[in-house]
Amino acid sequence: MRYLPKSDSERREMLEACGVESPEDLFAHLPEAVRLKQPLQLPPGISEYEIVDYFRRRGDENANGYASFLGAGVYRHYRPVLVDTVVARGEFLTSYTPYQAEISQGTLTTIFEFQTMICQLTGMDVANASMYDGSTALAEAALMAARLTSKGGLLVARSVHPEYQEVLQTYAKNQGMPITEFDYDPETGAADLDDLERKLNDLTAAVILQSPNFFGVVEDVKRAAAIAHRRGALLAMGFSEAVSLGILEPPEADIVAGELQSFAISPSYGGPYAGIIATREKFARQMPGRLVGETTDTHGNRAFCLTLATREQHIRREKATSNICTNQALIALMATVFMSVYGKQGLRELAEQNLAKAHYLAGKLKPRFSGPFFNEFVVSTAQPDAVNAALLDKKIIGGLPLGRFYPELSDAMLLCATEMSRRAEMDQVAQALAGGGAV
Amino acid sequence: MPIKKVRGHISPNESLLFERSSPGKKAYQLPDLDVPAVDPRTALGPQHVRAEIPGFPEVSEVEAIRHFTRLSTWNYAIDHGMYPLGSCTMKYNPRVNELVARTEGLAWAHPYQPESLSQGVMQVMAHLESALLEITGMDAITLQPAAGAQGELTGILLIRALLERQGNPRKKILIPDSAHGTNPATAAIAGYVVENIRSDEHGLLDLGALERHVTEDVAGLMVTNPNTLGVFESRIIEAAEVLHRKGALLYMDGANMNALVGIARPGDFGVDVMHLNLHKTFSTPHGGGGPGGGPVAVKKHLEPFLPVPRLKRAGERLSFDYDRPLSIGKVKAFYGNFGVLVRALAYILAHGGNGLRAATMDAVLNANYIRKKLEPFFDLPYALPNMHEVVFSDERQARLGVRTGDIAKRLIDYGFHPYTVSFPLIVRGAMMIEPTETEGKLELDLFIDAMISIAKEIETEPETVKTAPHSTRTSRVDEVKAARKPVLKWTPAV
Amino acid sequence: MYPEEYRYTKEHEWVHVEGDTGTVGITDHAQHELGDIVYVDFKYGRETLKPGQHVDQGKTIGSVESVKAVSDIYCPVSGHVVDLNHTLADAPEKLNEDPHGEAWLVKIRLSNPGELTNLLSAAEYQTYIGAEK
Repeated sequence: MRYLPKSDSERREMLEACGVESPEDLFAHLPEAVRLKQPLQLPPGISEYEIVDYFRRRGDENANGYASFLGAGVYRHYRPVLVDTVVARGEFLTSYTPYQAEISQGTLTTIFEFQTMICQLTGMDVANASMYDGSTALAEAALMAARLTSKGGLLVARSVHPEYQEVLQTYAKNQGMPITEFDYDPETGAADLDDLERKLNDLTAAVILQSPNFFGVVEDVKRAAAIAHRRGALLAMGFSEAVSLGILEPPEADIVAGELQSFAISPSYGGPYAGIIATREKFARQMPGRLVGETTDTHGNRAFCLTLATREQHIRREKATSNICTNQALIALMATVFMSVYGKQGLRELAEQNLAKAHYLAGKLKPRFSGPFFNEFVVSTAQPDAVNAALLDKKIIGGLPLGRFYPELSDAMLLCATEMSRRAEMDQVAQALAGGGAV
Repeated sequence: MPIKKVRGHISPNESLLFERSSPGKKAYQLPDLDVPAVDPRTALGPQHVRAEIPGFPEVSEVEAIRHFTRLSTWNYAIDHGMYPLGSCTMKYNPRVNELVARTEGLAWAHPYQPESLSQGVMQVMAHLESALLEITGMDAITLQPAAGAQGELTGILLIRALLERQGNPRKKILIPDSAHGTNPATAAIAGYVVENIRSDEHGLLDLGALERHVTEDVAGLMVTNPNTLGVFESRIIEAAEVLHRKGALLYMDGANMNALVGIARPGDFGVDVMHLNLHKTFSTPHGGGGPGGGPVAVKKHLEPFLPVPRLKRAGERLSFDYDRPLSIGKVKAFYGNFGVLVRALAYILAHGGNGLRAATMDAVLNANYIRKKLEPFFDLPYALPNMHEVVFSDERQARLGVRTGDIAKRLIDYGFHPYTVSFPLIVRGAMMIEPTETEGKLELDLFIDAMISIAKEIETEPETVKTAPHSTRTSRVDEVKAARKPVLKWTPAV
Repeated sequence: MYPEEYRYTKEHEWVHVEGDTGTVGITDHAQHELGDIVYVDFKYGRETLKPGQHVDQGKTIGSVESVKAVSDIYCPVSGHVVDLNHTLADAPEKLNEDPHGEAWLVKIRLSNPGELTNLLSAAEYQTYIGAEK
């Protein structure tokens, strides 16, 4: 097997050094009852060319060469070539978690830059080295709020991504944290903050919003935060379209938890992605996940290292702030390279292009909701599946029919346009919706 | 003894992106808009529009590529040489895996695209599921958890769901004192109280202690097998029976599967639920700390509770089944770290059944070779046969004032990443070494020579070891300062 | 090294009783085991420890952190918290430098002075830590 770098004669030498005759002797101590009596029922190993071919065929069995207007938490954005160039370097790809600071300054420095840029984007004081994804980041933010307030209730907007809500359920249930939903305004598509005010009580640890929300509508985070604070609750804000930060005012939240997939991370059928948690200085010690800090070495040179590790599982064990061990280092690095390539002006221009494309498409239709939106919006259509079938014939994947998540919106679909969407394709989508009976 | 593996070399200095930044520099160009531009303040409302991103860098393409390339030269990596890190399984990350993960139809697949246009990605998942079930001897599997720790949480939640359905979720999870830190952290997050079980004098699960601890209040035992000493839990079948008699379950942390693939299967020795680490046993790259993949495999009785959705097959056609009323829900949005799953499947395809077994044989041979060669120089606190990893103690060296952490740092001067320091906790001054099967004899001999040389240095010039490393770009970093006065982001000089 | 007039616990705390008030801290042995101390956290259950809080002997009143380890602080006496040493927030290193003096942690008005008989004398504590090695 070509990945095993030993010759038979080397194996023989080593076996001799171990004082055994055959490699099986090293397993002689295993109880008979546990041993596999037959070989694994898997086909023999195949060549590199056959492996590439296998996956090429699997790739062909998907949507190749289709335009797409799907958003809903996963976004099509250009991936600068530099991103893959950098992460292909073996020093980044095949290195371990930077516990040994002296030989990991490359990774540690990039993470420090990442933490800095996330703070700049979100307006927060401190950000961690990334979480698994936006959904788990939001769940961890809720747990963090509970620790900070010593309270357990969660108030979650229905306009938060439905799968993020499901993940939150899974995490909160086991901590005995009751979740109450507050509705969205059927007119604006934004979270109904009056409903929030009615449902908020003194047992609420956190109010959880997403902005732009699942419908693409920008929320009034400032007002929601004020409402939350009046009752001693924290405001945790999630986001799933990171490009929106290029143009949207940083949120007035206590904890920001988001998804960075838009920053040059391939959609890749749902993962791997990278989430982030960012917060105010005073809450930093309750933040889960890895943190990189600046320090010096014995010669006074600037250096970086993992820090505040006593919050983490490998020291705290059952008293840890979370059980998370990994951070999505390589994925976060992709995002870091993306942010470096676009930079201050580029991220702004990219966001403005997204705004222009989506508003062009929306202009040809009539959005269901009146609230301000970034690059996603909802349209009414009596037959979303029929519309999408017609578009598929033109090699276009249409929007997400919302009935699967919101029964009251079975006559609607969620459309997303990004800098990758072409005018001609958008015209076709508008046409199909007109044909399908868009209101 | 002269150091053979490495020699000094000039590596470039590099400042932070923000320090190289200058207004107007750019590394990007977007195509022109083919639709009219829109004024953000009109479209969104002025209160929602930000001024600019303060402090965000502006660099050119050349500066960007140089920045990251220079930083990369400050890292050690598997592509440079061995990582003897115990329980990390730092094996070769096959490069073909990187290529296939970028196959267009896979990399650009949207999780909500129509099922008729997702048969390829679903087939990849189905294929991996069946291969992992064959390897583990379990009945059903979920690929959703994003990493080992998340897999552990999923596994414990599955146990809770089953017991709840039987009427009583119970209160406690038993965990050996040799366990990885994620184990008790996970149990706590799942809402259980952790009860520690002491290992016996051989470092193994103490069956007598287990019998005493297992009451009707105990939901399960979390065990790693082989354990964190690299020793196979020879009485695992009995342990499973003790648990099952009281209605409790056996969870196995699959971190050490690299010792078992093709040799023994957890499903055959009484495990009810386990997780796998794709970034360990299945070669997916660590990437400086992630991403990973933590599939969870279960026996039939736990299958109804698996996270939703599940893959199902109708003839040739694959689809997702969301009608799972007993499911614990979702632990992560969408279906799992698909890009990582691709790499794991590519690894399995490259090896095949006999290749996987050969890999395990070599992993165990390598660890035993190291043990034999280093036994004369370092204390071996637990003398049972080890499998894919071996744990020494710094007892002998500690008498001369040198600890495992110092030895680890000196190993860096010899051109190696340190082994796992001070873990497991049941060994005083632990030195946990796992070479993996992808190390050849040359590299192993260099490692062995380095460790022996350091052992001798400790006798003749201990200060050299205690103040190591000496040849790295940075000398020992001040972790105390970093923790006392945390500086967690760059700020412009005033 | 270990003041005669203090009382000690097996979890390495000390208490110095003057009148009806006990000053509590961690021992020199504890700071030595922990290494360079980076942070002190005052917590009772899930709440931040505050003056007026009633505490029970044996319950944790917070933790002390070094880079690599955390140690819980167990309250040696029951009573009401009168004062907390907030200077440790900016200078946790004081716990390494003067654990028996300047780096006291909390002052407590004792509710049950009889509890002191449960604690160790200086000599007993020194024997205890000698045996621990």
